[in-house]
Amino acid sequence: MDSVAHGSGHVDHNEEHHEERTSLGVSNLKLAFWVFLASDCFFFGALIGTYMSYRGKSLVGPYPIDVFSVEITSISTFLLLMSSLTMVLAVRAAKIYKQSKSEALPLTVMGWMWATAAMGAIFVGFQVYEFNHFYHEGLTLQGNLFGSTFYILTGFHGTHVAIGVLWLVIESCIWIPMKWIRGDFADRVDVTGLYWHFVDIVWIVIFTVVYLLEFVR
Amino acid sequence: MSAVSTQVETHNHAADQSTAQWLWSILTSVDHKTIGRLYLLSGILFFVVGGVEALAIRLQLSVPNADFVSAQRYNELFTMHATTMIFLSVMPMAAGFTNFFLPLQIGARDVVFPRLNAYSYWLWLAGALFINSSFLVGAFPDGGWFGYANMSGTQYSPGPAMDFWNIGLMILGVSSMTAGFNFITTVLNLRAPGMSLFRMPVLTWMFTVVQFLVVMSFPILTIAQALLLFDRNYGTNFYVPAKGGDPLLWQHLFWLFGHPEVYILILPSMGIVSEVLPTFSRKPLFGAPFVIFSGILIGFLGFGVWSHHMFTTGLGPVADSAFSLTTMLIAIPTAVKIFNWIATMWGGKLRFTAAMYHSIGFVFLFTIGGLSGVMHASPPIDLQHQDSYFVVAHFHYVLFGGSVIGLFSGIYFYWPKMFGRMLSERLGKIGFWLFFVGMNLTFFPMHFLGVQGMPRRIFRYEDGLGWETANALASIGALIIAAGMAVHLYAMISSFMRPKDAPSDPWDAATLEWSIASPPHHYNFAVIPEVHSDRPFWDEKHENGPVVSQEKLAGPGEHHVPMPPASYWPIIAAFFTAGTFICFMLGKGADGFDPAAFQRQVMFQGVFATLMLLSILAWIREDATHR
Repeated sequence: MDSVAHGSGHVDHNEEHHEERTSLGVSNLKLAFWVFLASDCFFFGALIGTYMSYRGKSLVGPYPIDVFSVEITSISTFLLLMSSLTMVLAVRAAKIYKQSKSEALPLTVMGWMWATAAMGAIFVGFQVYEFNHFYHEGLTLQGNLFGSTFYILTGFHGTHVAIGVLWLVIESCIWIPMKWIRGDFADRVDVTGLYWHFVDIVWIVIFTVVYLLEFVR
Repeated sequence: MSAVSTQVETHNHAADQSTAQWLWSILTSVDHKTIGRLYLLSGILFFVVGGVEALAIRLQLSVPNADFVSAQRYNELFTMHATTMIFLSVMPMAAGFTNFFLPLQIGARDVVFPRLNAYSYWLWLAGALFINSSFLVGAFPDGGWFGYANMSGTQYSPGPAMDFWNIGLMILGVSSMTAGFNFITTVLNLRAPGMSLFRMPVLTWMFTVVQFLVVMSFPILTIAQALLLFDRNYGTNFYVPAKGGDPLLWQHLFWLFGHPEVYILILPSMGIVSEVLPTFSRKPLFGAPFVIFSGILIGFLGFGVWSHHMFTTGLGPVADSAFSLTTMLIAIPTAVKIFNWIATMWGGKLRFTAAMYHSIGFVFLFTIGGLSGVMHASPPIDLQHQDSYFVVAHFHYVLFGGSVIGLFSGIYFYWPKMFGRMLSERLGKIGFWLFFVGMNLTFFPMHFLGVQGMPRRIFRYEDGLGWETANALASIGALIIAAGMAVHLYAMISSFMRPKDAPSDPWDAATLEWSIASPPHHYNFAVIPEVHSDRPFWDEKHENGPVVSQEKLAGPGEHHVPMPPASYWPIIAAFFTAGTFICFMLGKGADGFDPAAFQRQVMFQGVFATLMLLSILAWIREDATHR
């Protein structure tokens, strides 16, 4: 995304528009992304609210307790949470790389991004397996309210993870090696990290509300 | 002042452009001013469309037992009238002013993401055209602008009409949200040096509150619509009572969006009035911080009142009392604003321009609409008024008497800055009086009709119920409004027949946008001014304050300021985004989930989504190569 640079009051202002002056000192891209995440909270909020208000209202089975295997979902949850760690390491590596002013390919950054993307992809794989398994257990999108609300909520989250994986792959395999992003490189990786952590945090809420709550007695 | 007035700037190179070049320059423009003009003019165009729909409604209701349109056609008319006026007229007109004036008022050269801004407009246009293109399949949406479940489900709306409404509105939502991210970042991050948040003009403040409401409320609508889409396309049961679903879920989600939406519609007009009244009273806005904080408070409270639309659904006494209380609370910040506007005029040297007429009309009419609104905060009264013409009277006083009149005040005030041409004051005043008389004649009798028991949304009524006179008056009033609109349209069109004649500061106003040329150069400010007060230009002219006007800072004429180049990727990306959404139309089975239809949808949608992704990649690549 392009940003309109704000000159400091001279007609012939600085051509280097990567070092943008902003009123808050936060980069435009990052600030816009925070606003987007606030907006995304309301997407998930509406879906989680729908899930909660229909919880236990299914007229026919299968019910959550019939299909959930908390062990398997715990493994995928663990993986997704660990991917936040590798994402943090990628963001840190990007900052170090930027300070070093090196011209070499930032392989550390790319490596941590690949690790993050791999774990995200495995999480999505688990979800595909889970959906498939539940479907064969008789839980369909149309069958009961649990099926409808479960698939649309976790599917919406899974789509977020998949977009994140795609983003990480494109960023680490095209934008960074091709030098499409240069001066604001660390900032871009940071923004990718914001998205990734957000998707993780939302999963903690979904895992608690959808899965763990069923096992509270 | 006279030195500034002589600076009438014209783009000479525009004259020898061919039409094709001109069209291409508009399609690829990333200038917030061009996009602002496009939004405003599109909004006015759809205002005429929505107005014609309103006239057809009033024609049908003008006499008892009328037979001009069928019941089906009538349902389509009121659905499309509301959808058009809200999403395709008032919102884009306000978006036009936001686009044009938000950057100017904070001393910026553009919004932070100019291409994203163009994307928002073209996506909006695609959604607007898509909803209206439903006539190609012979059926307009007929389930009301509120799309209540389960009337909007396949059981009662089996055809494709409501799919056009549902998917089209989703596209408009995405457009509004992306614009919101852009504007909020612009306001927070692109202010001129010294332009602290509380030196920003009230108009910009109201735009900001609106954008926060947009990014927080539209997601809820989009989710509600996604659930409806799944119900309609894939046989889920979110809103189907027979399978355990609850139609009330739609109402909760819809009004959680819908009430903030009301403030999305009114706050821009309140901002405009807060600029016009001080300018033509030659006084600062009385208690400006109170007006700003009231706007913020209205924004917050707007999320806590949605259930007052649902008193008759039987939520129980506790919920009814709570929402009754919050609804009454919201009257306080609104009344604060009304009193501040009146106090602004008090003792001022009033100049009665066309813009001032509209703003005073706004205060008067909005107060009437606000008072009937507070009545509905009381559940027992609401139970009587629900679904009667009293409600129709109420919201037309706030939306027509408020939002629309306020926006027309903005048109007469800001037209010179936007297009470099003055609008006829005489025509503006004639148009105002026609609007004012027409709207009171149309909507005031509806209060009585409602109390007499005339329900909303009936296409025909019997003779002898005592509703004839009021309905006849309302229909005559609608014709007077139409005449007023014709006068306004003539004023606008005839302004384009004349050469550019607007001085840079025709009204002796206080804020930064008047310190630059009319229309502004594409870079707005050759030198970004340094701001020392909330009325920087006024202080320069009348208080010996620091210089902010470009004439003095940078000298007259054009300057070389590098700006982002034009780009065709926004319109391409918008086209494929809209296409991706529209492909949902293909996935609808004859009855419930249809694997063949779903396969067809996924195939086409995959193509469009891939193309959308590629165009976004090309868009980002443009940064690396051309910029």
